[in-house]
Amino acid sequence: MGLLSKKDAKLITDPLADNNPITIQVLGICSALAITAELKASLVMAIAVLFVMGVGNVVISLIRNLIPSKIRIIVQLIVVASLVIIVDQVLKAYAYELSKTLSVFVGLIITNCIIMGRFEAFALGNGPWRAFLDGIGNALGYGVILIIVGFFRELLGSGTLFGIPVLGDAIEKTGVYSSGYENNGFMLMPPMALIIVGLLIWVQRSRNKNLIED
Amino acid sequence: MEKRTDKNGYTIIFAVIMVVVVGSLLAFTASSLKPNIVENERIEKQQNILYALGINGNEGKGDITFVSTDEVAELFKTKVSEQLVLESKDGKIVKSMTRQEFMDANNGKEPYLIDVKKQQANVKAGKSRLLPLFVGKSEKGETYYVAPIRGKGLWDAIWGYVALDKNMIVRGAFFDHAAETPGLGANIKQRYFMDDFYGEHLLTEAGVFKGIKVAKGNADPKNNDKTDYEVDALAGATITGDGVSAMIKADLKLYLPYFQNLKKAN
Repeated sequence: MGLLSKKDAKLITDPLADNNPITIQVLGICSALAITAELKASLVMAIAVLFVMGVGNVVISLIRNLIPSKIRIIVQLIVVASLVIIVDQVLKAYAYELSKTLSVFVGLIITNCIIMGRFEAFALGNGPWRAFLDGIGNALGYGVILIIVGFFRELLGSGTLFGIPVLGDAIEKTGVYSSGYENNGFMLMPPMALIIVGLLIWVQRSRNKNLIED
Repeated sequence: MEKRTDKNGYTIIFAVIMVVVVGSLLAFTASSLKPNIVENERIEKQQNILYALGINGNEGKGDITFVSTDEVAELFKTKVSEQLVLESKDGKIVKSMTRQEFMDANNGKEPYLIDVKKQQANVKAGKSRLLPLFVGKSEKGETYYVAPIRGKGLWDAIWGYVALDKNMIVRGAFFDHAAETPGLGANIKQRYFMDDFYGEHLLTEAGVFKGIKVAKGNADPKNNDKTDYEVDALAGATITGDGVSAMIKADLKLYLPYFQNLKKAN
């Protein structure tokens, strides 16, 4: 017996692969397109969403029997918005540099459909512990895709990873650039994120035929 | 049977309680953290001005390191020798105040805390605009004049500080943004973009203000030509780049009369 029961462990592992929020449920695409032009931003976004989803799912789960069904979407939105604002304020006061990096993501987190989707589909009907695991699992599944997309876009688009040049200097023509290689500026545009996500979906479905819908 | 939580009365009461609880929680957080946040923003402004002056903790090729928060107050006091406030109306400078004069008239408010956004709004309302100008010595001992600029990017505000010498040649630049796209527009905050402005001329030989354009398809990506009034644009960040060109053109132009006077006085 591990730390988690089999059923609980599935809550974490499922969204990583066979029920991935981006490639299978096709949620949260907007932020995946917007911020994956560099790896660092992808990682920061993944961590931020991990935090908001973990805590948000627990909060919603705790008050799930009190929430009036007619206004439940508004309640969910308020929970996620206030969480994000509080975190942003605390960072501004105590970790100003970090908060400047994150400020861009605040709006994107609030409108992320994965968060609302998991609140609605899972936290409203399950206990806090399971809701927490589900939140973490989905955030990880989302983060993994973000990091993969960010990796390819930054590498092929700017020739860097985490801002560090790995292919040589594009202007001085050193490294791979000396053989005539050029950065593909198109990789930095949002449409390429969509194409990479599409390729990931294709790879995943060709490996697991169960995922193919008729 | 209808569930308790489906009743209209319950829904309304729940909504009211939620609004009150969440509202007071947010208000409490915001007001209790405010002093810290204001202090952080103040330090940041001083760091940015010093950065444009060339006083920073940069070591490597690509890093942007400000002077540390412990040293910043002291350095700001010693390196920025003068904080001028120019009052501009219809493109002319109608009044020039020293730091002391400005502080006496404004309850001790420091000129570097002048809100550029508010001053820009004053122009739209037909009032005059206050232009702060920070005079300081660079590490090399030359006198530079740092001016704050502010404009619009793609999503939100962008701003910066530009250090000029007496001929309005750029000697230092720092740009920042509120919410430009990471990896694209947000790269105006990168060294390779900011450093491109160094040495660029704002004026023609005849002294006419040209500005600096962030240009696509620039034939000069290494930026060897400093009098083409162009720097190389960032791929995928056209609107942010245009915003940078626009704020340089609009805001720095207002300082032109000051520099013309400076030249005459010499």
